Amino acid sequence: MEPIQLIFLGLAALAVVAAFNVILQRNPIYSAIGLIVVLCCLAALFVTLYAQFIAAIQIIVYAGAIMVLFVFVIMLLNVREEESKTDRQKYLKWLAAPLFLALLGEVFAVLKTVGNPSASPNPPGTVESIADKMFTSYLLPFEATSVLILMAIVGAMLLARRNTKEDIERIEEALAAQPIEAPEVPRSADEKKEEVAA
Amino acid sequence: MESILNSIDFKYIIESLIKIVFVFVMGLLSPVSMNWIERRALALMQNRLGPNRVGPFGLFQSIADGVKFLFKEDIIPLSVNKWLYVLAPIVAVIPAFMVTIVWPIGPEVNLPVIGPTKLYVTNFNIGLLYVLAMTSLGIYGIVLGGWASNSKYSLLGGLRSSAQMISYELALSLSLIAVLIKTGTLDLVKIVEGQSGYWHGIPMWNIVAFPGAGIIAFFIYLISAIAETNRVPFDLPEAETELVAGFHTEYSSSLKFAMFFMAEYVNMLTVSILASVIFLGGWNGPFVGQYPLLGPIYLLMKVFFFMFLYIWLRGTLPRFRYDQLMNFGWKFLLPAALFNIVLASIIGIFLY
Repeated sequence: MEPIQLIFLGLAALAVVAAFNVILQRNPIYSAIGLIVVLCCLAALFVTLYAQFIAAIQIIVYAGAIMVLFVFVIMLLNVREEESKTDRQKYLKWLAAPLFLALLGEVFAVLKTVGNPSASPNPPGTVESIADKMFTSYLLPFEATSVLILMAIVGAMLLARRNTKEDIERIEEALAAQPIEAPEVPRSADEKKEEVAA
Repeated sequence: MESILNSIDFKYIIESLIKIVFVFVMGLLSPVSMNWIERRALALMQNRLGPNRVGPFGLFQSIADGVKFLFKEDIIPLSVNKWLYVLAPIVAVIPAFMVTIVWPIGPEVNLPVIGPTKLYVTNFNIGLLYVLAMTSLGIYGIVLGGWASNSKYSLLGGLRSSAQMISYELALSLSLIAVLIKTGTLDLVKIVEGQSGYWHGIPMWNIVAFPGAGIIAFFIYLISAIAETNRVPFDLPEAETELVAGFHTEYSSSLKFAMFFMAEYVNMLTVSILASVIFLGGWNGPFVGQYPLLGPIYLLMKVFFFMFLYIWLRGTLPRFRYDQLMNFGWKFLLPAALFNIVLASIIGIFLY
């Protein structure tokens, strides 16, 4: 067995273990960490395939930006344990098996067409070769994706924008129409003890 | 087994190992030396003396502190998440030291006994992206440390740092893109070699060789780099006045805290080296062509300038307020960096 195969097996095994960790953990922070490990393993696998650029982008974009946002949101909401929502998604398990089979079929279809990667002078994963392909043969899909992302940004801003003056006035009117009850202040254990003692 | 042994180049491995140990020790020593300079220089700026008792001029103060970190009792508070509490400092320090292998310290020199040696561990065609990737992974140490501590101050420190680092990472990367239009490569060594020329006696470093765009990119990079390393005036994750010590409040002054400390200083060193390499010509300077051993000295001088700038700013500027920080990052730095890319592309068409 060659060293590169040993490296592949080690990284692949770690990626699979971490992937199981993502779905089996009850605590969302642990799941997120598992996903970060998976992404780092994938990046290392890309390096073994002579695709350094994709490896770096994998870490910068997914592990370094998107997962930080995930962790940020989990921490901000302080979600401790997974909420059980399995009742609502009962029918989803009937979809899982066919979708898995479709994915497996896709993987085999791709594997049939792709040969072994070789250490050619300009392997497909370097900055030069990706830029060359992206800005010539695949220019239209690239631009279309950019527009799609721009639309997503504009949509997010539209949803998160501050209320206009009219909106605020309308909300205030609605609030004034119904009397607001003062929320019950939770009492500490000491106060309760004092009450009992009295 | 035979084939594996034959395929390994032992000379290359031993040479690389020596270099790796060298840059690793440099990284380890940087907090020791920089901490002494910082405390003394800051004291001078604030009209006091600073540590001056241990050794001549207090030179051994940092070493004494390091020994204290080693021997102090390691306390793990009861209510923390033990796994992540222990893991967080490690996650912070490993990416910081992984970057050391691409520090381009000097050109290829002819050493007396060993023969021609390159004064960097390695260079590959995505060196710059590698540095950005590793610095972005370093965030997790702070974020997880803040969360695992199970303390409001730590959590707020961790949240602030993740928001801050994501915001300023964008401006930092975009400012580098403007310069990459000129250099045309991501390999740090080739970026340095591309700045070795002169034009009427002026060194063609990227900051001047790319009129207009170079200097704007330099300042955007400098500001974002300070924010990325959580230093004054962007040290909100550890703002003493409001968050005790921020994300490391629950870490006693043991080796775990020392790891956070070390990661911060190595990251400062990395962004300083990157600033010198990308904007100020790296190891280039007068007579480097004839005497290549001058290269590391020039680089050290440039890097020291940036490290001193950190101390200087710490003695000069007050801390940002959080909303000011976010407004500055998203509404000024990011548009400025985007505008600079357009400017750089227009200039690049005419010049290169």
